[in-house]
Amino acid sequence: MANFEFVTSPAPTKDIKVGLGDGDLVKRSASTVSPPAKALTPVAKLIDVSKCIGCKACEVACLEWNDKRIPVGENVGSYDFPPDLTPNMFTVMRFTEWVNPQSQNLEWLIRKDGCMHCEDPGCLKACPAPGAIVQYSNGIVDFDHDKCIGCGYCVKGCPFNIPRISQVDHKAYKCTLCSDRVAVGQGPACAHACPTHAIVFGTKDEMKKHADDRIKDLKSRGFANAGLYDPPGVGGTHVMYVLHHADQPQIYANLPKDPHISPIVEVWKGLTKYAGLAAMGAFAVIGLVHHVVTGANRVSPEDEANAEKLTGGRP
Amino acid sequence: MTNSWTDIKNTDLVVIMGGNAAEAHPCGFKWVTEAKANRGAKLVVVDPRFTRSASVADFYAPIRQGTDIAFLLGVMNYCISNDKVQWDYVRAFTNAPYVIKEGFGYQDGLFTGYDETRRDYNRSTWDYELGDDGYVKSDIDHPRSVWNLLKKHVSVYTPEMVERICGTPKDKFLKVAQMISECSTPTKTMTSMYALGWTQHSKGSQNIRAMAMLQLILGNIGVRGGGMNALRGHSNIQGLTDLGLMSNLIPGYLTIPTEKEATFDTYMSTRGFKPLRPNQMSYWQNYKKFMVSFQKAMWGDAATADNGFAYDYLPKLDVPAYDILRIMELMHQGKVNGYMCQGFNPLLSAPNRKKLTAAFAKLKFLVVMDPLQTETARFWENHGEYNDVPTASIQTEVIELPTTCFAEDEGSLTNSGRWLQWHWAGGTPPGEAKHDTWIMAQIHLRLKALYQKEGGAFADPILKLDWRYKDAGNPTPEELAKEVNGYVVEDVRDPNDATKLVLQKGKQVVSFAALRDDGKTACGCWIYSGCWNEAGNNMARRDTSDPDSTGAYLKWAWSWPVNRRILYNRASADINGKPWDDSRKLLWWDGAKWTGYDVPDIAPTAKPDVVGPFIMNPEGTARLFTRGMMRDGPFPAHYEPFEAPIANVLAPKVRGNPAARVFKGDMEQFGDAKEFPYAATSYRLTEHFHFWTKHSQVNASMQPEFFVEISEQLAKEKNVKNGGWVRVWSKRGSVKAKAVVTKRIQPLTCDGKTVHIVGIPLHWGFMGETKKGFGPNSLTPYVGDANIETPEYKAFLVDIEPIAGPVA
Amino acid sequence: MNMELSRRQFMKGASVGIAGTTLGALGFGDIEEAFASSIRPWKLANLTETRNTCTYCSVACGIIMYSKGDLKKGEKADIVHIEGDPDHPTNRGTLCPKGAGLLDIVHAKTRTLYPQIRKPGSDKFERVSWDQALDRVARLMKDDRDKNFVAKNADGVTVNRWTTTGFLAASATTNETAWATYKVVRSTGILAFDNQARV
Repeated sequence: MANFEFVTSPAPTKDIKVGLGDGDLVKRSASTVSPPAKALTPVAKLIDVSKCIGCKACEVACLEWNDKRIPVGENVGSYDFPPDLTPNMFTVMRFTEWVNPQSQNLEWLIRKDGCMHCEDPGCLKACPAPGAIVQYSNGIVDFDHDKCIGCGYCVKGCPFNIPRISQVDHKAYKCTLCSDRVAVGQGPACAHACPTHAIVFGTKDEMKKHADDRIKDLKSRGFANAGLYDPPGVGGTHVMYVLHHADQPQIYANLPKDPHISPIVEVWKGLTKYAGLAAMGAFAVIGLVHHVVTGANRVSPEDEANAEKLTGGRP
Repeated sequence: MTNSWTDIKNTDLVVIMGGNAAEAHPCGFKWVTEAKANRGAKLVVVDPRFTRSASVADFYAPIRQGTDIAFLLGVMNYCISNDKVQWDYVRAFTNAPYVIKEGFGYQDGLFTGYDETRRDYNRSTWDYELGDDGYVKSDIDHPRSVWNLLKKHVSVYTPEMVERICGTPKDKFLKVAQMISECSTPTKTMTSMYALGWTQHSKGSQNIRAMAMLQLILGNIGVRGGGMNALRGHSNIQGLTDLGLMSNLIPGYLTIPTEKEATFDTYMSTRGFKPLRPNQMSYWQNYKKFMVSFQKAMWGDAATADNGFAYDYLPKLDVPAYDILRIMELMHQGKVNGYMCQGFNPLLSAPNRKKLTAAFAKLKFLVVMDPLQTETARFWENHGEYNDVPTASIQTEVIELPTTCFAEDEGSLTNSGRWLQWHWAGGTPPGEAKHDTWIMAQIHLRLKALYQKEGGAFADPILKLDWRYKDAGNPTPEELAKEVNGYVVEDVRDPNDATKLVLQKGKQVVSFAALRDDGKTACGCWIYSGCWNEAGNNMARRDTSDPDSTGAYLKWAWSWPVNRRILYNRASADINGKPWDDSRKLLWWDGAKWTGYDVPDIAPTAKPDVVGPFIMNPEGTARLFTRGMMRDGPFPAHYEPFEAPIANVLAPKVRGNPAARVFKGDMEQFGDAKEFPYAATSYRLTEHFHFWTKHSQVNASMQPEFFVEISEQLAKEKNVKNGGWVRVWSKRGSVKAKAVVTKRIQPLTCDGKTVHIVGIPLHWGFMGETKKGFGPNSLTPYVGDANIETPEYKAFLVDIEPIAGPVA
Repeated sequence: MNMELSRRQFMKGASVGIAGTTLGALGFGDIEEAFASSIRPWKLANLTETRNTCTYCSVACGIIMYSKGDLKKGEKADIVHIEGDPDHPTNRGTLCPKGAGLLDIVHAKTRTLYPQIRKPGSDKFERVSWDQALDRVARLMKDDRDKNFVAKNADGVTVNRWTTTGFLAASATTNETAWATYKVVRSTGILAFDNQARV
């Protein structure tokens, strides 16, 4: 199947049909939700690392669509620009020059990093602010910035180190999987732009099937360990990778081999979340020491204690 | 491109050499990934650097920059020695069997007829032997047949010799040669994707010829998934070239007369070639129709049969061309007073920036029309070390005119695959920015008014320029496109039946087939004829139908010539008109005419075993031996760059390309390997487009600062730290840069010597959003390709040292 | 002639099956409701679409420019978003990092806005009117042409050339502009005429 066939129609300007509402929520931070009457089909973004040329079209498309810009930095001896995710930069390319010990050939491994949209999202589990992090029945994990209190627990809860807290408005930011685009039947801006269709978007089933074809092709070209990255430790993800060396995800700029939500977050969620911080409701204003410039925000000793527990005492 | 971007999906093997498609043309490269994913095609990359294209290749082989000809002739030698030749194609469709004149030879790196003082050849022996019938003699077994001469010519390029010259390890070379040679069967096809990595050499044209010859030997020209695919740079550089905006061209690859051609008849006598083999189309026989129609489009009623269709209105050349290198040289000598740059930033684009700055400072006036604030427009402005000029002493008057950009303009652009695509304006121009067409019209009208008022030097060509636009001050894209297509000037009646109107005055011509040499038609550019005929604006067509998914898209936009998508497509079928590959049919002979998925590149009823597929050549066949058409040889031969880390191992006395033009004083400006031990090359990065995107904030943030790339080995040797500062200098200048130390560049061993490569990307200057920086043109030599003067940007010598960074 | 109405024909062609099923499977066919509170309102609502071609390389990707205001209605149009045209046979909606960032070149801080002249020896540009700038250009051209035009060479052959002024043509203007440029430049007898094909 030709890869471009996953591309949808032009982005609409009139008669907008919206298909992603509050009624489609399956999870909501620090809250309970009643399951939607009709669940949406799970979606996924598939990133085929073997087809990625590291051109950064996805990074630019992401900035452009989300009306974000990042400052012009300086060269630090690599192609990694910008060097890391920021509150404005939801995705970055991570370049690794890896010499294959078997063939002695150089392989330039280029991985697009960003939110994996876990089926079992650690950020959402850790989040104490009701409704600040939600998951839709199609799998998208989204942040509601009006409800975010900037505590940074989501950062600690994420097994992939993705969310970033803004120094400006003290709120957490990450890839939304272009929930606004998906809501009107469009794919994410990065997938729409990707020149080689290394990034494609569709239903999770379609993406898995497409990945199977890709893996077959890679195996025929000598990549015996080619495979799909859809880690079960987080219940699978709605952003998946095709890797040529799926047995060693860590060579791709430290992609975790078997990611799990920190056990502390699991405990935190079970015992303290609803009883403690959630009860403070919309007035809870929480900061995490060393992580957030809190400014005028007030942090109660109780919150501090909980934060300590969550982070395991790490600064 | 002989083929189109979408056709690449039909290939079995992609060879990226002399380019970096993934990096410079990512969305075109998509069709490589499609071919890989859906056809199981393989990708081979041969490059001095492990590029972004190499990162997704099936096989990568390193090569020293400037040695591509040795590599390609080595592959040809491999194919010939191992009988990997598509013989039916070679015998029928190339000039392999033709006999070459006695006296032609090649020795010590030189072809017959070399004159060292002129750096030029007498090319009289580089031609066919004609029989008594006036046609070329054909006998492939003749000792002087093109095939036998070629076999001998390439025999020196053994795998060992390739390794010695190119630094490509023998096993890697053999692997590439073997993969390529498999495409000699009629059912396997290879495509060549190249760009400035081949053109920007003192023998750039011959780099491309070498691959074209290989493609002919493999039978890959004219077929789906094959071809020679030049990946053009700027969005309309194909169009600008087609429309002849060059010193020696007239639109449609007609040529400006030389001063030896005093009359129109003399001019025509050396054009419009007669066939060299029986029954061939020799399409240039129609030259006069195109030329006269062009003159009518230029000067309307003032171009008459009596005045040779205003032949004297055209300037006559005294030198082969006033290319950019020649004009900058003349400027440097103080012989040029005025210069006008329309969307071109030569201060960063042309070689030897120090020389350029000195040259611009000698101008009386410089006019820059650009949507962006270019370095060229500010060459006089002091920007510290990035442009350290004595502003007050520069007496050049500079006029900067703001223009619209693509988003605010309507019209057509010609892509690399020769598709003319129409686009519409969607934004209001900022400030007082104006369309380029408006500016050109205003200049013309004001100049004309001055001549009307004051008189002056030969004003007729200006006063009588056909300017038939509704608003003379602002011609519309539609008016101009219709003029380019061509229209009927006077009624033409059927000579056998005067009541029958063949062409009606005022109508658009349907295509160049309707053009005439008697002045009754006008046409701006014959190869574009058909773009806007009575059927309307064909360039604006948006029908995406593609029968049987061949990738042709015949109803999308319009391509030249006559909407043909694959050039030489008749060669996709054998001598009897049967497709070489049934699974990849393109064109076939149905017993009475040619039919298929594309517009036939031959007369529709030309019998397959009679008329050859290469209709522009008087032979009807493609040329493995190019006669006297190229200045530096009828075959490519290995020459080192003018600045090379080793001597030419095949001809040690020959420096560079012996037929390349070198201006006085520039030879002394070449460095040698003792003083400048490292082999440098320049290139683009995917995050940027030349010197434009440094004005785009978002692109500036993706690749913010000038850097050079070196291997870990060289870094260790020179004590350079990754991310640290270095100085890089050549005989012509010096730059400061950040160092990126990488495994993607590896030292090569050439002729027993270790050769280190220094990579220098080209996107920085002193205007825009990025950090200020330098470009490779501060370092590069002032010499161009022997045939078309493309500057030698891809291979030169430098030295490098670590330095302390600038004080913040 | 504007052929944009037929732009959806592509979707009826080769890829209709897939595009159809993907959209349907996402479940957006029948429900219609407001965006969820976490989701940004649709930023392209009620904008004008215009089809254009990417200005950078010769792949010539199709793009859609989204503007506030419609030029065709004589309004001021401000482009706020540009993305790849999914109907385009070559790029299929994709864009490279340059193309994806086109918006920032359209709105670059360093766009030229007004005609300017830098006088000999001066350290600055000064704003002038279009009339002043164009009259000056014509004057400078004519003076140099009249002084240095070569009507005949040493052998008495008519050559009608002007080699003391040169013209470098753009590489991203339209064919129509290129043709107008060709006519104007060649009619003056300029031979030093070149474009950016080589670099």
